Amino acid sequence: MSEAPARRRAEAKDTSGMASGMNDTGQRTGAHGAQDTAGGAGRTLIRGARLLGGSPTDVLIEGERIAEIGHHLGAAGAVTVDAGGLILLPGLVDLHTHLREPGREDSETVLTGTRAAARGGYTAVHAMANTFPVADTAGVVEQVWRLGRESGYCDVQPVGAVTVGLGGEQLAELGAMHDSAAGVVVFSDDGRCVDDAVIMRRALEYVKAFDGVIAQHAQEPRLTADAQMNEGVVSAELGLGGWPAVAEEAIIARDVLLAAHVGSRLHVCHLSTAGSVELVRWAKSKGWRVTAEVTPHHLLLTDELVRSFDPVYKVNPPLRTENDVLALREALADGTIDCVATDHAPHPFEDKDCEWGAAAMGMVGLETALSVVQHTMVDTGLLDWAAVASRMSARPAAIGRLAGHGRPVAPGEPANLTLLDPAYRGVVDPAHFASRSRNSPYRGLELPGRVTHTFLRGRATVQDGELV
Amino acid sequence: MKRHLVSAADLTRDDALLILDTAEELTRVADRPIKKLPTLRGRTVVNLFFEDSTRTRISFEAAAKRLSADVINFSAKGSSVSKGESLKDTALTLEAMGADAVVIRHHDSGAPHRLATSGWIGGCVVNAGDGTHEHPTQALLDAFTLRRRLADGPRRGIGADLSGRRVTIVGDILHSRVARSNIHLLTTLGAEVTVVAPPTLLPVGIERWPCEVSYDLDAVLPKSDAVMMLRVQRERMNAAFFPTEREYARRYGLHGGRMARMPAHALVMHPGPMNRGMEITAEVADSPRCTAVEQVAGGVSVRMAVLYLLLGGAEPAVSTPRTEETQ
Amino acid sequence: MDTNAHASAPPGAPSHDAPARSVLEAPDIARALTRIAHEIVERAKGAGDVVLLGIPTRGVFLARRLGEKLRGITGHPVPVGSLDITMYRDDLRLRPARALARTDIPGEGIDGGLVVLVDDVLFSGRTIRAALDALNDIGRPRAVQLAVLVDRGHRELPIRADYVGKNIPTSLRETVKVLLTEEDGRDGVLLGTRPAA
Repeated sequence: MSEAPARRRAEAKDTSGMASGMNDTGQRTGAHGAQDTAGGAGRTLIRGARLLGGSPTDVLIEGERIAEIGHHLGAAGAVTVDAGGLILLPGLVDLHTHLREPGREDSETVLTGTRAAARGGYTAVHAMANTFPVADTAGVVEQVWRLGRESGYCDVQPVGAVTVGLGGEQLAELGAMHDSAAGVVVFSDDGRCVDDAVIMRRALEYVKAFDGVIAQHAQEPRLTADAQMNEGVVSAELGLGGWPAVAEEAIIARDVLLAAHVGSRLHVCHLSTAGSVELVRWAKSKGWRVTAEVTPHHLLLTDELVRSFDPVYKVNPPLRTENDVLALREALADGTIDCVATDHAPHPFEDKDCEWGAAAMGMVGLETALSVVQHTMVDTGLLDWAAVASRMSARPAAIGRLAGHGRPVAPGEPANLTLLDPAYRGVVDPAHFASRSRNSPYRGLELPGRVTHTFLRGRATVQDGELV
Repeated sequence: MKRHLVSAADLTRDDALLILDTAEELTRVADRPIKKLPTLRGRTVVNLFFEDSTRTRISFEAAAKRLSADVINFSAKGSSVSKGESLKDTALTLEAMGADAVVIRHHDSGAPHRLATSGWIGGCVVNAGDGTHEHPTQALLDAFTLRRRLADGPRRGIGADLSGRRVTIVGDILHSRVARSNIHLLTTLGAEVTVVAPPTLLPVGIERWPCEVSYDLDAVLPKSDAVMMLRVQRERMNAAFFPTEREYARRYGLHGGRMARMPAHALVMHPGPMNRGMEITAEVADSPRCTAVEQVAGGVSVRMAVLYLLLGGAEPAVSTPRTEETQ
Repeated sequence: MDTNAHASAPPGAPSHDAPARSVLEAPDIARALTRIAHEIVERAKGAGDVVLLGIPTRGVFLARRLGEKLRGITGHPVPVGSLDITMYRDDLRLRPARALARTDIPGEGIDGGLVVLVDDVLFSGRTIRAALDALNDIGRPRAVQLAVLVDRGHRELPIRADYVGKNIPTSLRETVKVLLTEEDGRDGVLLGTRPAA
C-alpha cells in the first residue's frame, strides 16, 4: 500500500499466497493519492520485463501512455520497476464478471470486485446484468459504469440485459443502454438463456444498428430442469440431477444458425463441452460472426470433483469431463475459442456452506484466472504469452468494442499493463482475496504465476502484488 | 468400518458380512422375553428427517431403542428457514445436544455426505436415504433377506456372501436410491446384478455401472434368483418417462404369469410401499415368494447391527476376513 | 473367556518377554473336566435340570465336553448352549466395537433350571457379571452356578466359581492362555508374561 518503498524490487518471493496480505473489503483507502510510488501520473520505467514473453525490454510510461520501448532507457525522474524475469502483458480484459452491485453487496461491490480484478491483472471488466435491479435500463447501466469510474482500480463496462428483468419475453431498451453514458455494446441475460428463438432472433437483429453483440448463456431450460451437475457417469452415481451437454449444444447450434441468417454478431458465453467447440468451429468455418469464451475453471476442473459434494464446485454451466477440458484447451489454443472470461461469480459464505442442492452456483475467478491459464495453457505448451495477451486482452476488448484496452504494447498506446511473475508458485488461499467472497474452487491448490503489477492508464493499481 | 455409513460403497465385503452376521445374531433378540440390550445406554441417536418416511424412521427408532440408546426424533420438514440454513443450523443444534449418531433422511443427494464431512457435527452419520443418491441400510436389509432366503441349512447363511447369485432390479433406476445402494452392495457381496427398466428411467452413464442392463423383463426372469421390484411413482408419467401406467405395467410390471417364469426358488422383493397394479400385481405381492414383510422385519435387525457396530465401542468395529463357519 | 486374560494376549501379538510355560497338559484338562462333571452331578442331585451355557469362544467347547461327560455319568443328554456376553460388557467403550459371538439357548429354555455357566479362565469376574446380566434378559433359572477351567485370582467383583479345574495363582503381569483342540489344535494351559508396556 502507500507505505511501500518507492523502489521496492518487483520481486515475487514475498508473503502470503497467490495474492498477498491484502484483505480489505472495500474501504476506500485514499491509497490512490500515493502518487509518489511507482505508477504516479508522472513517469514510470519498467526495466527488463519480458514483453509478451520475449527478451528483456524497458518500457517507459509517461502520464497515461506508453512513451517509449527499448533497451537501456534513461530513467531520469522516473519511478523504476525492476521487472527482471517478469512477463509484461497488456492489461487483461474480462468479458464476463459478476460484480453483484446493485443488490447483492453482501457478496461483492463494484469497488471490491474491481480491486479483485486489479489483483488479477485486469484493467477492464464487463459487469453482467443480473443484478437487483437488473441492468436492463440506461439508469442501472450508468450507475454501474459510474461506480466503476469512481473505484479507479479497473474500468467497468456494463453489460445490458437482453430482455426486461431477464424474463426472456420482452426486449429491454437495448438502444437506450447503448446511447447512455455507459455505451453498452454487449447484451446478455447471463444466468438465464434467451431460449425463445424469436426473441433471440430479434435481439440479434436489433443490435446490428449499433454494432452490438448478444452474449448468450446457452442452456436449454427444459433439458436442465433441476440440473445440479454435468449429466454423465458421475451424476448417475451421485444421483444428482443432470445438466446434459446437449442442453448447451442445442442452443449454440440454433444461435449460430440464427446469427448467420440475420448476419449478426453472436458471442457464446462460457463454452463448456467438446460438442460446443465443434459447433463454434463449424460456424467460424462458414465465416459467420460468432465468437466464444471459456472460463478458467472449465479449462482445469472436472465433474469428478463433485464426488466431494462440496458446493464450491457447483457452477453453471457445470464442470464437465476430462474429454471436454482437453477439447476446450485445444480450442482456445487454435483460436476456435476467442477468449478466456472468468464468469467471476461471488457468493456469500452461507450460500456455499450448505448441502449441494441448496447451494448457489458460481465461483470467484478474477484473482486466479491468469494463474490457471498459465497452468493449463502456457506451462503445457499450448499457448505462448503473446497468445495469452490475445485471449485475455485483445480479443475480449475487440468483442466488446472496448476503446483503450486490449491494445498492443507500443509507444503512444494507453499504458494499461500487467506484470506477471511466471516462476512464482503458491497455494491459493481465498482468505487473502480482495474479492468480498471466498468461493474459490482452487483453495489449497498450488498454482503458478502471480500478478506483481497492474497499471491502469499509467497508474499502478497493483504494486509488488498488493493493491495500491 | 468407516465412521459413517453414507454410501453402500463405503462397505468392504468384510464390513458388509460383519453387519449381516451381527444382524443375524440380533434377530434372535426379538424372540426373547426382553427384547432390549443395554449396549448403547447413555448414547444419543438423533433421527433427523427432512423428508417424511414413517417406515424408515420407526425402523431406526426401534433399532436404537432395542439397544437402549436415547432417541430424539427431529422432523425438519416444513421448517420456515431456507433449506441450506436448516441443515447446518440443525446440525449445530444436534451437536450442542451431544448427538452420538445422526440418522439423516434428506431430499438432497449428498446431504448426509456433507453432514459427515463439513465439520458441523462430531458424531457418526447414518444415511437413511438422500435424494436419488443412496439408501445403504435398505440395501443391507435387502441383502440380509436375500441371504437368509437363499441359504441352505439352519445357519441362515452366516459368514456367507452372495457369490454367484443373480439379482434383477426392475423399475425407476434413474430416481432410485435403493437401486444405487443395492448395486454397490450386491456387487460387493459377489452377486451379479441386472437392471431392467424403460430406457427413460435409466441414468445416462449407467454403462459404467457394475451391472447388466436390459429392457426386456421376460428375458431376464428365468435367470434370476431374486427380482427386486422398485416403486414407480405415477408422477413420472406426467414427465413423459413412460406413456401410461397401463403400458408400464404391461412391459415392466410383475404379474402372476411373469412370476411363473422365474425359477422355483427365486424371490420377489420390494422395498415398499408397493404400488399394487403398477409395478406389482396383488397376486404377486401376496404370494409366499414375496419378501416385502420380511424385509421390514430384517430392517430393524440390520439397523441395530449398524448402530451397534458404529457406536458400540470406542470407535467403529474393525472387520476381519470372514469365512463361512462350519458347524 | 475372561476379558483381561485375553486382552493381555491378543492373537498375533508379539511374543512375550519370557516363553510361555505349560501349566496344564491335555490329560490334566480331561481329568479336571471329569472331576467337575462328577461334582455337578453330586451337587445337582443327578443333574436332571442342568443346562450348560458356555461363554464364547472356549467356554462353549468346554461346555460341550462337560455335557458329554455328564451324559456318560448320568446316562441322559444334558442341554448345552452358548451365551454371548458382548452386548453386556462394561468395557465396550475401551475398544472398537466387537463382532458378536453366537448365543444358543437350548430349546428347553432356562426357566426353572440350573444353569451352569462355563468359561475357560476366571479373572476379574467382569465377564461373569455380564453373563449374569445377559441371563437375566433371557429367562429365570432356579439357580446359576459357574464352572471354570482355571481360576487365576485377582477378582474385581464379588464373584466366585462353584467348580474350578485348577487354581493357578498368578501375578498381574502374567497371562493365562487356554488352548483347546477345537479352536487351537491342541489342549493345554500356558502361563506367560505380558510384554512390558
